[in-house]
Amino acid sequence: MSRSIKKGPYVDPKLLKKVEALNKANQKKIIKTWSRASTIIPEFVGHTFAVHNGNKFVPVYVHEAMVGHKLGEFAPTRIFRGHPGVKTERTTSS
Amino acid sequence: MARIAGIDLPKNKHIEVALTYIYGIGRSTSKEILDKANVPYTKRVSELSDEEVAAIRSVIQSDYKVEGALRSEVQLNIKRLMDIGCYRGLRHRKGLPVRGQRTRTNARTRKGKRKTVAGKKKATEKK
Repeated sequence: MSRSIKKGPYVDPKLLKKVEALNKANQKKIIKTWSRASTIIPEFVGHTFAVHNGNKFVPVYVHEAMVGHKLGEFAPTRIFRGHPGVKTERTTSS
Repeated sequence: MARIAGIDLPKNKHIEVALTYIYGIGRSTSKEILDKANVPYTKRVSELSDEEVAAIRSVIQSDYKVEGALRSEVQLNIKRLMDIGCYRGLRHRKGLPVRGQRTRTNARTRKGKRKTVAGKKKATEKK
């Protein structure tokens, strides 16, 4: 079930505060965050977030097209390295 | 013979059903259209008058996105997901289920025909 519209999009208040501070100061700094569930709102466009994927922080540069998605959608939590026993024809990156 | 939105409708079916041969129109949309165009659901396609066909055509043209336009919209939506590099886009790229379904078994609609991978033979066969 999707979130009630009445409540508005979910954004971690702390994260929102940080973004607003940066917007006011007209600065671009990488914001480290664990808040994968936060929705990307138009204020975020142009910022770079370091989104935690459970292991490390993945840099995510926010475009306009990403608005409405969640931060976590851009930081995959699983790395598929091929099946065991299968000889890799090509070396998988990352 | 009625030709609507570039599709030939089957002659001997009720118009309610015949409209669903158009991509983007199902039974309920079909009924909506017929209500707006004032055509009874159960009239056969071959019995439709030219005015009725024209009415249906104009309703579809003004209020609904069908066939090519709809297909390209869907493709664009998928392309957008792939371009922004989000999880759903990655799944589309790999041809795997997008909405969190299991892939250990099943998921054959997305993955296509089974490709058997020659695995290691079981070393011990005794139990």
